Amino acid sequence: MDSEFIGYLRPDGRKGVRNLVLVVYTVECAQFVAHAIAEGEEDVHVVGFPGCYDNEYAIRLMLALARHPNVGAVLAVGLGCEYTRPDRIADVVSASGRPSDWFYIQEEGGTRASIARGKETVRLMRERIREETPRVPMTLADLTVGCECGGSDGTSGLAGNPVVGAFFDRLVDAGGTAIFEEIVEMIGLREIILARAANDTAKEQLAQAYDKAERYCREVRQYSVSPGNFAGGLTTIEEKSMGAFAKSGSRPIQGVLKVAQTPPHPGLWLLDSVPDEHFMQFGYTNPNDTEGIMDLIAAGSQIVLFVTGRGSVIGSPVSPLVKVTGNSQTYRRMEEDMDFDAGRILSGEIGMAEAADELAALVGRVAAGEPSKPEALGHREYFVMYKHQDTPNLLEGCRA
Amino acid sequence: MRTDELPGTTRRCFKVHEGDNVATMLDEATPGALTILGQTQGLDLREPVGLGHKIALRTIAAGEPILKFGVPIGHASIDIEAGAWVHLHNCRSNYDERSQTLDLHTGAATDTAYG
Repeated sequence: MDSEFIGYLRPDGRKGVRNLVLVVYTVECAQFVAHAIAEGEEDVHVVGFPGCYDNEYAIRLMLALARHPNVGAVLAVGLGCEYTRPDRIADVVSASGRPSDWFYIQEEGGTRASIARGKETVRLMRERIREETPRVPMTLADLTVGCECGGSDGTSGLAGNPVVGAFFDRLVDAGGTAIFEEIVEMIGLREIILARAANDTAKEQLAQAYDKAERYCREVRQYSVSPGNFAGGLTTIEEKSMGAFAKSGSRPIQGVLKVAQTPPHPGLWLLDSVPDEHFMQFGYTNPNDTEGIMDLIAAGSQIVLFVTGRGSVIGSPVSPLVKVTGNSQTYRRMEEDMDFDAGRILSGEIGMAEAADELAALVGRVAAGEPSKPEALGHREYFVMYKHQDTPNLLEGCRA
Repeated sequence: MRTDELPGTTRRCFKVHEGDNVATMLDEATPGALTILGQTQGLDLREPVGLGHKIALRTIAAGEPILKFGVPIGHASIDIEAGAWVHLHNCRSNYDERSQTLDLHTGAATDTAYG
């Protein structure tokens, strides 16, 4: 668990496990050009917000991704009519000590000219950060690892999530940071969650986040459980919740983060991605797995574990996604997409402790640069939607 | 389907917590004798049940909580016999009402209008 690897030192002191150029677009109308710029370019990823009307939550999220420890430089691309401002994004990135640039497609002269300019820019940025970014030794203590689950079945709560929980215990004990989310998949577990609070402040935060999530699900009449979950043997949200909560392991929960907040100190944290009460409510709590993964990355996760019993094929930009399945049939059927077979715990092939050690070793290899399966396949899904969350209190340790 | 995925090769279920009244299938199985992992006493499975699905370890009366992980994950909506499949047709969430309208076998939504 104390293995060392080489990472990338950022001006704010955080360390990355990748050295990427990020293209950020500011409206759906710029999406095609942004993707065309990144197409075929090594270590160039894309995120963006589709709305024409700006949204503070979405902007905080994109700024957190643009200053993520895995990101070395940013190109912001706008169409020219939208509210969200690529120039402001570039300014914030620049102030963080990273190379940045921006342009409007309308001013560049259209699609071809914009793609050509963008490709020239990201190539120069990539060259520069490869030369200039200081390399630095890292250990597990420098890692923030997120965990999401999706495409869950009856094995997820028995093997997939528990092995991540056992790994999270090791990560936290080694001085690292672990983040889990999906509080809408903790419905029915109020007392169990509160009993895990590290202190009274954390307990109060957990109670507020839980009560809000339960209220929200009731109001939109949708709980975070999908047809595939039911087909895989899960019968109720409470059952899915117990399985999902197993990913948190057993260490005390230090507190609740809002989207785009970075944990103020190491340990285990719960990320609350549920909308706060507002004059109107946008959409659902967890519209899909990709949204939750983006939230975990925005909180500073350099690597995200994704537990999927039925077999999801998604990936993520910015931080590698590592696929864990508790279902050995799924692993065999979709081996090119799955990184880790935790179903071996259920067959009796290996014990939980041994599986957690293996998973820790895998995370160590991915942190050292080995591509995860979705990363190697080129999966870079992202999803940024309109949402309202109250502006996080900067005094509470928000760095993003 | 590979031969090692064929149902019936091994026939095991897993009871997570001592107080549970359901167990989770570790293999897909047809009716007949079933092993409870780590226990000498077995169980007679009454109907075909898939991997990851639950079966009743004892008779559960309508209204009784369904216990898995040692906590209530819902309640029995009708009487359930020992060895029976426990799912949407006989177990109801204490929170979520929509799930009762989903297709029992596929989980597919049946309550949304498409025209």
